Amino acid sequence: MTVVLELTNVTRVHGRGPTQVHALGGVDLAVREGELVAVMGPSGSGKSTLLNVAGGLDSATSGRVLVAGRDVTAMNARRRAEVRRRDVGYVFQDLNLIPALTALENVALPLELDGVAVRTARASALAALEAVGLDVAPGRFPEDLSGGQQQRVAIARALVGPRRLVLADEPTGALDSVTGEAVLRLLRDRVDSGAAGLLVTHDARYAAWADRTIHLRDGVVTGTDAGGRVADPLGEPADLMEWEA
Amino acid sequence: MSVRQGFLALLSEQPMNGYQLRQEFERRTGGSWPLNIGQSYTTLNRLHRDGLVETVDDQATDGDPPSVLASHRPAERFHLTESGRETAVSWWTTPVHRGKAERDELAIKIALAVTVPGIDVAAVVREQRSETMRALRALTRAKRDVDPLADRARALILDAQIFAIEAETRWLDHVEATVAATPQSERPKRNTR
Repeated sequence: MTVVLELTNVTRVHGRGPTQVHALGGVDLAVREGELVAVMGPSGSGKSTLLNVAGGLDSATSGRVLVAGRDVTAMNARRRAEVRRRDVGYVFQDLNLIPALTALENVALPLELDGVAVRTARASALAALEAVGLDVAPGRFPEDLSGGQQQRVAIARALVGPRRLVLADEPTGALDSVTGEAVLRLLRDRVDSGAAGLLVTHDARYAAWADRTIHLRDGVVTGTDAGGRVADPLGEPADLMEWEA
Repeated sequence: MSVRQGFLALLSEQPMNGYQLRQEFERRTGGSWPLNIGQSYTTLNRLHRDGLVETVDDQATDGDPPSVLASHRPAERFHLTESGRETAVSWWTTPVHRGKAERDELAIKIALAVTVPGIDVAAVVREQRSETMRALRALTRAKRDVDPLADRARALILDAQIFAIEAETRWLDHVEATVAATPQSERPKRNTR
């Protein structure tokens, strides 16, 4: 499987001198097509910084970040913005939907910014909204949508067009557990159909939708765990439930 | 809970024979509690003995009910007696008592790790978290394959375990944070009196 995102010895230092903060201290990470990787760690461990650097929203202080084989650390701001629009989809905790645009326009925006004809962009946006199961009119404005509906719109925006890398920062943030699970199902489906995904979460229940989890602490990867496939996890609980006639 | 209470709950819906009861029990517990044929018939026999279920034949004949196993009529259907119905209803209206907590192997292991000198508690916690996450992923994968509308029982039981294991990861995080905030020298060791 092709590696879509590759970080090599990436550091991010904020500030200088005695007040400087090492947000990332040399992170290596590769995410392939069809792979969803979860990032967990306590507050301030560098999770969001890692995601922002991976998606070109923030610059690495040193090290190399490849997105779809292209080195974004070597790009100028314009080229990097182009990669962000074309190859990377973001889902944030605070959804960042534009209130003056309808659901449909919000989703079509990245395509239109990228020069796709309006009619084509809207058709793609409509398909993306359908794929995430938005059950209300796409002409509604964000303020008229519930939290779960807004998150579906945000995910449609992240997934619209041929994005190969999906970055999600606490996408289940303020959602109830049923809606949160629906969000993970959508992310997982997209990854299963060929995208690469990186998911920051503090909920192990959501991280378990990923293929592996990396644990960050003070900007350093302290561990990775993967695996967990058994024929039927409910199949052999005999010792848990005592049988009595 | 016991198979016995499960059978009474199922029979409060409609009369069933032993085979149907066993199948229905497994289906309604999401495949998490497989029964062998012996368990089902022993349970039925005891319910019968205790006067909680009866067969159509029992109503026709007076005297002691014959043993279900001895009678060898696997297709015979059972229904609840009045006392069986009361027992079934009282089960629904009585909450499940948590009882005294069982010994938790993991909690005890971590407790010992914290107090035995020279143990790298953080490493013990990390190893455990990897294992816990593996279990959580296995359950989550199983859940993905379940249509929650078609098989609500299985989805529900998987969820129960998913939430329980998630709680374990939160506790491990808490242990890690607590240990990180406490220097080894300040940790309680053995009683030095």
